[in-house]
Amino acid sequence: MAVLTAPDRKSPARTPAVGKRARGSRRTPPLVLAFVLVPLLAESVWVFWPALQGFYLALTKWDGVSTPQFIGLDNFREMASDDIFRSAAGHTVLWLVVFGGLSAVLGLAAALLLQQERRGVGFYRAALFLPVVFSLVATALVWQAIYQPDGVLNRVLDAVGLGSLQHAWLADQDTALYAVIVPALWRQIGYVMVLYLAGLKGIDPALYEAAKVDGASAWQRFRHVTLPQLRSVNAVVLSVIIIDSLRSFDVVWSLTRGGPYHSSELLSTYMYSTAFQSLRLGYGSALAVVIFVLAFGVICSYLVRAFREAD
Amino acid sequence: MSANSTAVRRKRAATAGFHLGAGALSLLWLLPILLVLVTSLRSFDDIAAHGLGSWPHSFTLSNFGQAWSDGGQQRALINSLIVTIPCVIVTLALAAMAAFALSRYELPFRRALLLLMLGGNLLPPQILLIPVSKLSEMMGVYDTLPALIGVQIGFGVGFYVFVLHGFMRAIPVEIQQAAVVDGAGPWQIFWRIILPLTRPALAALSALSFTWIFNDLLWAITVLRSDTKMPITAALIGLQGQYVSMWNVIAAGSVIAAAPTVAVFLCFQRHFVAGLNLGAVK
Repeated sequence: MAVLTAPDRKSPARTPAVGKRARGSRRTPPLVLAFVLVPLLAESVWVFWPALQGFYLALTKWDGVSTPQFIGLDNFREMASDDIFRSAAGHTVLWLVVFGGLSAVLGLAAALLLQQERRGVGFYRAALFLPVVFSLVATALVWQAIYQPDGVLNRVLDAVGLGSLQHAWLADQDTALYAVIVPALWRQIGYVMVLYLAGLKGIDPALYEAAKVDGASAWQRFRHVTLPQLRSVNAVVLSVIIIDSLRSFDVVWSLTRGGPYHSSELLSTYMYSTAFQSLRLGYGSALAVVIFVLAFGVICSYLVRAFREAD
Repeated sequence: MSANSTAVRRKRAATAGFHLGAGALSLLWLLPILLVLVTSLRSFDDIAAHGLGSWPHSFTLSNFGQAWSDGGQQRALINSLIVTIPCVIVTLALAAMAAFALSRYELPFRRALLLLMLGGNLLPPQILLIPVSKLSEMMGVYDTLPALIGVQIGFGVGFYVFVLHGFMRAIPVEIQQAAVVDGAGPWQIFWRIILPLTRPALAALSALSFTWIFNDLLWAITVLRSDTKMPITAALIGLQGQYVSMWNVIAAGSVIAAAPTVAVFLCFQRHFVAGLNLGAVK
């Protein structure tokens, strides 16, 4: 009885409530407004406001103590003749291509290998994924030990008769950058694999059946079914890789600090050492703006996709 | 009959081939981890006498003690937990609130706000480093853990708002309407209805954000200076400088630094992987 009467009693009150909602959807409860404004405030204090300052500081000369001195675009003009900047930019592009390309290709390969639900596949997936949970610093230290002159890598090379290839991998200008990329790859491939595994799972098996019936070979099925179906995942992986590449800092910083002689310097490490070690905060900000400009296209395309999804 | 048995044999060969390939790959991937575990258990004399890359000759647990107390890993781990646990809780709470408001109410500019918040998280941190370090100096929190907590929350929240928004939007509107009819206010709808239904996403994001915040280096070295305040990732770099070429201690330190996130991963593996995929915008 109570169940029956309760709605009856409330029904007069309901009509105005519904009416209000329909009439003035702009009138939001204050609590709901606070729900948005408090997180927005937190992000404004720590992200939006500092970001605006960062762009302004790029136009100044500043040692961090005296007041910043406005110098227009001089910092960017200086970059044109800064050899370290140019090599750091080159290394960043190389990093993007090598680290990005290999992690995408190898991540997809690992996902293709491990997509089938067989016994033991969970273990293999976990093994490849495990490094993802390590910090890049811990990863770097593990590989630093491997790279030592008396470390495992040189021992193994010696044991298989390639002793002539023995190297001080991190101390040699020709190998330092690649020696830093390998640990980063070791950690990134498992992550990309997980993204691709989810994408592969979403492909309708009927498509493969149909292709098989039509006599498509394994390669043709991959080329004409798998790859087109993975288009949206590819876009995700691409943005993740580019954003991660431009952010890469920890692994380089803990292995080489960008050395020897800036041979493994990335824009991110150069920015950090310029700002916090040379205390050239204006020039450091300008370098950060360059990183932002490189990332801008990806951020925009990511936001466009997000916008479509939020629709 | 013979065709059948060939098929069986071929299938068996394929299975063996799969396990051989996948097994070799996994071994290759686990080898560096095994190596660091073994190194962390070797004595310094052993490494000095036979070289870092040799087979181990003697084992000891004392490296862990050395990294833990003399190397400051204990304090660093405590610092890390002081930062990470409140960060995860506050970030997800704030993000859930914002996502709730943006997904369940017709706020003005709600889509713009959502993208603004996500966009803030996508910024390269480099553009923020200098202003954030100066800002924390101005606010008098430079070189304190609250500064690190603040910046981690501010920088992280946008991403979680976006992911949780996607999740909460999928909850049928009828559930909320029924609650409104019963006289529930926004807080009750949030706390009693939407939040419990969002639990899987929250679990996934907690596992994910725990590792992200715990593993961070850049923000820590931007707003902190004293060695005693550093969280474990930054302290590991200090350990590397303090124990140059004492690889047994450095390896033990790395194991200590990695253990918490590995534990989280092993306990919440499914949430973890789900979290990574939640974050991927399709």
